[in-house]
Amino acid sequence: MSLNTEKIRKDFPILKREINGNALVYFDNASTSQKPQSVIDSISDFYTNSNANVHRGTSTLSEEASELYEGAHRKVANFIGANSMAELAFTKNTTESLNLLAYSWGLNNLKKNDEIVITRMEHHSNLLPWQQICNKTGAQMKFIEINDDYALNLEQAAELMSSKTKLVSAVHVSNSLGTINDVKTLGKIAHDNNALMIVDGAQSAPHMEIDVKDIDCDFFAFSGHKMLGPTGIGALYGKEELMKELEPFNFGGGMISEVEYDSAKWNVSPWKFEAGTANIAQGIGFGKAIDYLNKVGMNKIYQHEKELTKYALEELENFEDLRLYTPTLEKLAGIISFTMEGIHPHDISALVDEEGVAIRGGHHCTQPLMKLLGIDASARASFYLYNTKEEIDIFVEALKKARDLFK
Amino acid sequence: MEHYKNPRNYGRLEKADITFTGENPLCGDKLVYTLKIDNNILRDIMFEGKGCAISQAASSMLTEKIKNLSVEEIKALERPDILDMLKISVGPVRTKCAILGLVTVKCALDSSEEEGSIEVKE
Repeated sequence: MSLNTEKIRKDFPILKREINGNALVYFDNASTSQKPQSVIDSISDFYTNSNANVHRGTSTLSEEASELYEGAHRKVANFIGANSMAELAFTKNTTESLNLLAYSWGLNNLKKNDEIVITRMEHHSNLLPWQQICNKTGAQMKFIEINDDYALNLEQAAELMSSKTKLVSAVHVSNSLGTINDVKTLGKIAHDNNALMIVDGAQSAPHMEIDVKDIDCDFFAFSGHKMLGPTGIGALYGKEELMKELEPFNFGGGMISEVEYDSAKWNVSPWKFEAGTANIAQGIGFGKAIDYLNKVGMNKIYQHEKELTKYALEELENFEDLRLYTPTLEKLAGIISFTMEGIHPHDISALVDEEGVAIRGGHHCTQPLMKLLGIDASARASFYLYNTKEEIDIFVEALKKARDLFK
Repeated sequence: MEHYKNPRNYGRLEKADITFTGENPLCGDKLVYTLKIDNNILRDIMFEGKGCAISQAASSMLTEKIKNLSVEEIKALERPDILDMLKISVGPVRTKCAILGLVTVKCALDSSEEEGSIEVKE
């Protein structure tokens, strides 16, 4: 493999842990990733040496903290191919980025009978904000269907859109199916209909090279904690002119240029979207995570996960009484969703945990999709740069044990 | 495991006094109880359901435990009684799977109707 996983694994202290007497095999990366020592240290370093509020004071410390925090913005902006910091605001996570868009753009621009197009495979965080905005504005939701191969039906998507369509919001990589969606083509269809294109990049930004200019989406939302960063920090990319027009979501300190008792003017982007004291340490940690990913190389990470996924699929395709919910390998990210005959996914998850393997069993915040698939829940293994083929062997053995126990 | 593979009192009673469904929509566990009560004593109980091994096995053990107890005795049962009964430790997340049966049966006994259902989310 092109990645030196042995070296990489040494950077992640948690991978030394034992779970139930076995070495930890962490296959729940779609939920959250583990953190390298450099990210963990950056938080402690900040509080130990540079802690002060940002953009407030003229003290040495405040300037230092501001430079570190702004520097993190620049790193994250560069990472996804944004032109400048003005195109990238820090948020709490993908969920908050999408809520920001729903409330700041949706509520101000949508009216009765306008249409929002999303897909049948959205995470609740890209479904519920739009449901709320539809309830408030009278706009309607339309859905892009899923084909039998668990990929989006782009022909139907094109038929679905019209001059009524104001907004298309789609997940780049499905957290439940692992499908990599062709958001570039979808964006073209959206733009042909004069609709905005939002991409939920929570599961793509951590695992593949992202170029928002090439995708040509209008907005791109993602989370720091799924890409080696701390929890509590995420980002929203938006094209500069759109970020300039977009109304703030939260109001208060740090997001203004001028305030009167009865009116106010906003600061420039991204600061107008970051009201109140931000998650400064976490933002700086996010920047450190980006440093780490850049050092390893996103294409290498993508190839590594592809190899792992291919290997795991070969093992699981012929596994007795196991059903996969995955598209073909070329459209599949490092996420494998499956069910086993006669074993509830929660039991699968609990039983492999006894062997030290952490996977997720549940509806993955995609309840309507689970209903569409005709299941209550699925088990899901998801990989990252520190995972190995040996760990997949341990996982498959653990699944065999679980199956035998239930036979 | 044994109770999961061979659940006791599995099925539906004919001419039940109460039919009550308990469901945890978050994980999809579902239990349907049919009860016969005579003179304030639970004379017979059966259950049907789907879901994880813990919810189904706990339900099977519960039906054995409470058959022929009085309504008051059953209502007095609490979460720790069920966890003791299981003889394995379940984490906090899966406790809700284990106690779904008890919660459902208690609701059934409180219900004035012949049929009812409850959604248990925690």
